[in-house]
Amino acid sequence: MNIYAIRSIYRFEMSRTFRTLLQSIVSPVISTSLYFVVFGAAIGSHMNGIDGVSYGAFIVPGLIMLSLLTQSISNASFGIYFPKFVGTIYEILSAPVSAFEIVAGYVGAAATKSVALGLIILVTARLFVAFHIEHPLWMLAFLVLTAVTFSLFGFIIGIWADNFEKLQLVPLLIVTPLTFLGGSFYSIHMLSPFWQKVTLFNPVVYLISGFRWSFYGVSDVSMTISLGMTLVFLLICLAVVWWIFRSGYRLKA
Amino acid sequence: MPAAPAPEGVAEVLVVVGAATYHRRSVRKRTAFPMLEGVRVQPIISIRQLSKTYASGFQALKPIDLTINRGEIFALLGPNGAGKTTLISIICGIVNPSSGSVLADGHDVVREYRAAREKIGLVPQELTTDAFETVWNTVSFSRGLFGKSANPAHVEKVLRDLALWNKKDNKIITLSGGMKRRVMIAKALSHEPRILFLDEPTAGVDVDLRRDMWVMVRALRATGVTVILTTHYIDEAEEMADRIGVINKGELILVEGKTALMEKLGRRQLTLQLQAPLVRIPEAMSGYPLELSADGLQLVYTYDAQGESTGIDVLLRRLAEAGIDFKDLKTSQSSLEDIFVSLVRERA
Ligand SMILES: Nc1ncnc2c1ncn2[C@@H]1O[C@H](COP(=O)(O)OP(=O)(O)O)[C@@H](O)[C@H]1O
Ligand SMILES: [Mg+2]
Repeated sequence: MNIYAIRSIYRFEMSRTFRTLLQSIVSPVISTSLYFVVFGAAIGSHMNGIDGVSYGAFIVPGLIMLSLLTQSISNASFGIYFPKFVGTIYEILSAPVSAFEIVAGYVGAAATKSVALGLIILVTARLFVAFHIEHPLWMLAFLVLTAVTFSLFGFIIGIWADNFEKLQLVPLLIVTPLTFLGGSFYSIHMLSPFWQKVTLFNPVVYLISGFRWSFYGVSDVSMTISLGMTLVFLLICLAVVWWIFRSGYRLKA
Repeated sequence: MPAAPAPEGVAEVLVVVGAATYHRRSVRKRTAFPMLEGVRVQPIISIRQLSKTYASGFQALKPIDLTINRGEIFALLGPNGAGKTTLISIICGIVNPSSGSVLADGHDVVREYRAAREKIGLVPQELTTDAFETVWNTVSFSRGLFGKSANPAHVEKVLRDLALWNKKDNKIITLSGGMKRRVMIAKALSHEPRILFLDEPTAGVDVDLRRDMWVMVRALRATGVTVILTTHYIDEAEEMADRIGVINKGELILVEGKTALMEKLGRRQLTLQLQAPLVRIPEAMSGYPLELSADGLQLVYTYDAQGESTGIDVLLRRLAEAGIDFKDLKTSQSSLEDIFVSLVRERA
């Protein structure tokens, strides 16, 4: 195991974060705060609670997930896309590093960053609305698991993308809509039975539901199913990454 | 093979490789590397039937066999598009081979990539660097990436050798092109490689860097590092290399010690400065490959240095008989440029 390589890549990626602190931490925190102000404090005060949780508190897990997903994907996809774009990827490809080590470095850094961001948003949210966390360890577990899974997904997008548009495409056209429609702002029980069925095909529903369960002990789908679905998605991403390195897809001629 | 007449103190050294194969190797006595003489020359890179066909269907490398010896400077010489970068990229793990195998220091570059790549440093052809990292960080990054623990003293030495020390805290984006190229070399040397690849190292490089680079390459070789460089400048190969491989259209045309290559294929020219100008070459001399300069004061005779007889003695006697007097004469060797051109033409 080339520990030095993992550490080098990890540090390199983290230092990129600190160089772009405004963009990578401050701006998502500000935009999430705006959601809390508008939906939590302003509109939420006129709304009934859901499942016995105040509306402001209800949307906290979903909003954290929203940032977690988009930030994991954009961090990890940019992290590997950029060396490909400028050509510095030659060094990674010619180094004595395994696929696992490369992924551990890039995905580890991206996931670290989004977990940190998630926690910062959590603390920020507490300034706007009162909430409690019933299962803090599970909360942390879901946070880390989702960050890792979606950083892997972002890594795959970064390898697949061969221009900047494609890099933005998936987060913008797929992930953000799925997150908005995945129960960030409502319980899926509020939908008609038909749409409830359709919604179950949205993987983000399980992430948000499980995460919200760790806060309030209530969920749209059972926590075990949420966990199971998250793990399945993780395994799919791992399999794709494994295939990418085996075949050299978009990395080697 | 009989020993060639030895211009410029060239000696042919026979060296045993493995059990049964013999490789010829030329060593210049004056610039000599005494440690090489009589010492077993070991292969450090062995390429067997290596070929590459890109996804586009283009065959960039026809099956190639090549052995590069430990501690030598090997130049891969060929025009643009010959397949030099492709060959290097396969050895370094950037391009997948279509067939064949490469051993680097005894390790298969695909199956044992870890052991192989630890030994290798690469300075690619294209100028590609990070932008916002500092010089120090990017070089330290490379060292870690290649599995070496931090060693500030070594990184410092590399940066000083490359005249980068006073730029160590600068962001790369603020550096000039030449400085960026130095940074790429520093990155390649950060993990103390035993094999260094320089892909077109002096293309678009200023005189200072070019000179520094050659000093560095020789210094590296003195510490036993094997250097493989590609170039389409013949003078560069001639100036730097111990051995030269000529590659064209994906085919390795030949591999020879530089001096042997020059002797084997180099034709020599004898230039006579005449006492009095000639209007044309006399009838009596028409059977000789002679050329008369425009001013009629120089007579140039081209001959094969490897031939049984150079014919110079007879030529000079004939000239005397024809009453042509000369006041000076010199011989010169045709350049690698000429050799290359004739080789490529031969193959065409
Ligand atoms: N990724 C690729 N796909 C298809 N053809 C390529 C690719 N890379 C290089 N080639 C072609 O292979 C040939 C050899 O290229 P290269 O190895 O870069 O030559 P050199 O380094 O000697 O100039 C060229 O004709 C080039 O166009
Ligand atoms: Mg090239």
